[in-house]
Amino acid sequence: MKTVKVYGPGCKRCDATEALVKQVASDLGITVEIEKVSDPKSMAMAGVMSTPAVSVDGKMVHAGGLPEAAHLKQWLSA
Amino acid sequence: MTTETHDPIHHHRAPDWLWYVGVPLVATLGWLIYGQLIPMSEWVTALFPVARDSHTGEAIAFFVYDVPKVLLLLTGIVFVTGVLRSWFSPEKTRAILAGKRQIWGYPLAALLGVLTPFCSCSSVPLFIGFVSAGIPLGVTFSFLIAGPMVGPVGLGLLYGLVGWQIATIYLVFGFSIATLSGFVMGRMGLERYLQDWVRDLNAGPTGDLPEARLTLVDRLKIGVEQVREIVGKVWIWVLIGIGIGAAIHGYVPEDMMLRIMGGEAWWSVPAAVTVGVPMYTNAAGVIPIVEALLGKGAALGTTLAFMMSVIALSLPEMIILKQVLTLRLIAIFIAVVAAGILATGYLFNFLL
Repeated sequence: MKTVKVYGPGCKRCDATEALVKQVASDLGITVEIEKVSDPKSMAMAGVMSTPAVSVDGKMVHAGGLPEAAHLKQWLSA
Repeated sequence: MTTETHDPIHHHRAPDWLWYVGVPLVATLGWLIYGQLIPMSEWVTALFPVARDSHTGEAIAFFVYDVPKVLLLLTGIVFVTGVLRSWFSPEKTRAILAGKRQIWGYPLAALLGVLTPFCSCSSVPLFIGFVSAGIPLGVTFSFLIAGPMVGPVGLGLLYGLVGWQIATIYLVFGFSIATLSGFVMGRMGLERYLQDWVRDLNAGPTGDLPEARLTLVDRLKIGVEQVREIVGKVWIWVLIGIGIGAAIHGYVPEDMMLRIMGGEAWWSVPAAVTVGVPMYTNAAGVIPIVEALLGKGAALGTTLAFMMSVIALSLPEMIILKQVLTLRLIAIFIAVVAAGILATGYLFNFLL
C-alpha cells in the first residue's frame, strides 16, 4: 500500500488535492493511505516551499498547485 | 493520442488548436467591449428613474461603468500574469537568490517577488525555505513585501482607472519601499527575533522535482485556471470597493474631501495609513476607491499612502507570519514598511 502525503496549510486547493488523490486511487482500484501535513515545521523539514505539495512513499512528486489527474495516476501506479 | 477517455476529471479537454484560436478571440471580444463601456454604461444608467446629474445618478453611473471595466481588466491582467508566472517558481527563485550575497540581492528579490507565483497561504513554508537556504532575512523581506505591494493587478487597474502617470509613480515608489525596507531590516540583524524553532531548523533540501516541461497550451491553461480562482475569489471585494467608490463619487462633497484628505493637513498621511492597515481587501477592491478619492480632489500623497498600506500591510498576512516571526519582529516589519509609506505620502503632498 502506498502512503501519500499532501502538504498544505489547509487552503482550498489543498483539500481539492486530497480529494483528487482519493478519487484517482479509487479509479485505479488501489488503497492508499493519505496523510495531510499542515504543520509548517514538518513542511519545512520535507523541503516543501510551494503548496499544495504531494509525496508518494516519501518521494516528492509535486509542488505548487493542484496536480493533474493524469500525473497522479502515473505516480500512484508506478 | 493518449488514452484518457475514462478520465472523469478531464472530460472537457479541448484540442490545442481551440486554445490558439480561442484565446485571441476572447481577448479581441473583451477589447471591443472595453471600448464601448461609456455608451453602454450611460444607456444602463438612463434606465434608472433618477436624474443623471443628481447625486444618485452620478453614483449609479460610476458603478455601472466601473464594474464591467474592472472585471474585464482584472480578467486580462490575471490571465497574462498567470501565463508569465508559469516560467517562475519559488524553487527557482530560491536558487537564484541563494547565490546572491551582495547588495543586488535586495532589488533582485523585490523583482522576483513580483514575478514568482505564490499565494499568501504558503508564505510560511516559503519563508522557511528561503531562510534555511541561507538567503539573508532582509532579502527575504524584500521579496515578501514586493509581491503584494507592486502586484500586477494593482498596477494594471491603476493604469486603467487612474492613468499611467500615477501607475508609474506607484511602481517606482512601491518597488523602492520593498527594496529599502528589506535593506534596512537586513542591517538591523533581526535573526534573533525569529521564532526559536525556525532559527534552529536545518530544513531538508527541496526535493529536486523534475522540472515539468510545459507546452504553451499548458501555460494558457494555467492562465485560465488563475482567472477562475482569483476572479472567483475577489469579485465580491471588487463590487464592495466599487460600491464605496460610487458612494464617494456621488455623495461626498469636494470641500469635505479637501478638508479630510487634502495635502494641507499634516495628519492626513498618518491617518490614511492607520485606516489602511486594518482594512482587509485587495488591490482590485481598493483601486476603485482610490479612483473616486482622487477624482474628488484628495491629495495624491495621502491617497498613495492609503492604497499602499491597504495592499502591502494586511493583518491576516501578519497573523500567518506569526508562526515564524516573533511579535517584536512583526512590529519592526510593520514599522519599517509604514515609515517608507509615510515618507512617500509626505513627499508627494509636499511636491504637488
